[in-house]
Amino acid sequence: MSAVGYATPPFAPPGLRTEHLVEKVAIRDLEFFYGDTRALKGISVSLFQGCVTAFIGPSGCGKSTLLRILNRMYDLYPKQRASGHVALDGENILSPAQDLNLLRAKVGMVFQKPTPFPMTIYENIAFGLRLYDRLPKSELDDRVRDALVRAALWDEVKDKLGASGLSLSGGQQQRLCIARTVAVKPEVILFDEPCSALDPISTAKIEELIAELKADYTIAIVTHNMQQAARVSDFTAFMYLGELVEFGDTSKIFTTPDDRRTQDYITGRFG
Amino acid sequence: MTEYHTVKAFDTDLQDLARMVAEMGGMAEKQVADAVDALARRDTGLAQRVTAADVQIDTLQHEIEEKAVLTIARRQPMAVDLREIVSALRISNDIERIGDLAKNIAKRVIALNTEFPPPKLIRGVEHMTDLLLRQLKAVLNAYARRSVPEAMAVWRGDEEIDAVCTSVFRELLTYMMEDPRNISFCIHLLFCAKNIERMGDHATNIAETVHYMIEGKPITDQRPKGDTTTLAALRKAGEA
Repeated sequence: MSAVGYATPPFAPPGLRTEHLVEKVAIRDLEFFYGDTRALKGISVSLFQGCVTAFIGPSGCGKSTLLRILNRMYDLYPKQRASGHVALDGENILSPAQDLNLLRAKVGMVFQKPTPFPMTIYENIAFGLRLYDRLPKSELDDRVRDALVRAALWDEVKDKLGASGLSLSGGQQQRLCIARTVAVKPEVILFDEPCSALDPISTAKIEELIAELKADYTIAIVTHNMQQAARVSDFTAFMYLGELVEFGDTSKIFTTPDDRRTQDYITGRFG
Repeated sequence: MTEYHTVKAFDTDLQDLARMVAEMGGMAEKQVADAVDALARRDTGLAQRVTAADVQIDTLQHEIEEKAVLTIARRQPMAVDLREIVSALRISNDIERIGDLAKNIAKRVIALNTEFPPPKLIRGVEHMTDLLLRQLKAVLNAYARRSVPEAMAVWRGDEEIDAVCTSVFRELLTYMMEDPRNISFCIHLLFCAKNIERMGDHATNIAETVHYMIEGKPITDQRPKGDTTTLAALRKAGEA
């Protein structure tokens, strides 16, 4: 799949086999500015279809910024701008002509803290669906149910769909947000530290969920939990001070990274 | 690499492990030297002390194992840290085996009792032991200093022990053919020589582990081999 305007092979370090993979999101020479501050410096990286790519790095290294570019969230704020190329299936999403609602339907996002709407569990999911589709009630019911099943939440909430989303536990709320995201059938799902506010059991459930979802989606996850990145991802990108230091097979990054900074970071020797 | 972990106790854990492995290595060196000394000086008392002391090496190995498991559980080590812990486990295993082989030599010294072989025959085994102890010392140093070149030198140096083992083997074979009454102690000596040759293999294993620990990948070269006792020596001795 080619990136914006020019054909380019997936961005991958030498030795990483990617022939069998489809590059879903192509990021090339990406720069990002908060006003005058340059937060991302020439990032080039690939998100492969059906794979989980983890972004790790110390706070402020730009990993969340990168995620926020992938669904143009930064557009909500003035004085923030991106340059370079980000292509979803070869189509430039940074273009001013990009339909943002369409983009955000294709690229779903799950945040650090669960953010259910203050409405019923059912409505939390139906709300998004109604934005994109005009569905008859029975079909809407099915879609809500499917999403909750996919998010491994159905069994826990099937008898109380009318209860407030806020009445659920933190882990359940997070899975509700994932259900809300998958309900609109996105192609890419971005997870921004999805487990940092959750207990270990809820964390394990989310990780299991990510493993199941990756068959159908392209997933990017930002996490501060190194073991989590090692467990759930196929590829890992280490970022530092707005630069992409190292990108490669997760098994290699966490056992024998090439760059000293990566090694120092993952072994807890930083700074 | 930045030398220290943000969590200092993690550094202490790793240092403790390395220190325990070094201590275990020192104990094994002494056991080997004492066992062969007992053989050369016909000192069954010393041999008995060697047999009894082996348990200390085993105990230390268990302590290393516990410490390693605890450190993995507690710190969730990654990359070089994880390799360091896995290496401590592997190396302590090799050292434990070296201890067992030394104990086996000591047991043979006790079994020989009064029927000791002539000193000239023991000289070959002593020579092997000198080489082995040099290898062992060098590999433990390579581990302590985290030195790949030193580990590689040990890895290549095993050939010499193997070659001496082959010649000891031949010598003993001719001696047994000369007079069947020699067979009993020659067999014991043969096993002693083979034990030392095995210790050399463990030293090479340790060298390989040190390489893996530092580089994160195994040695890819082909190792030179000098031990042909399995087939060639038998054939040649038979022809002689």
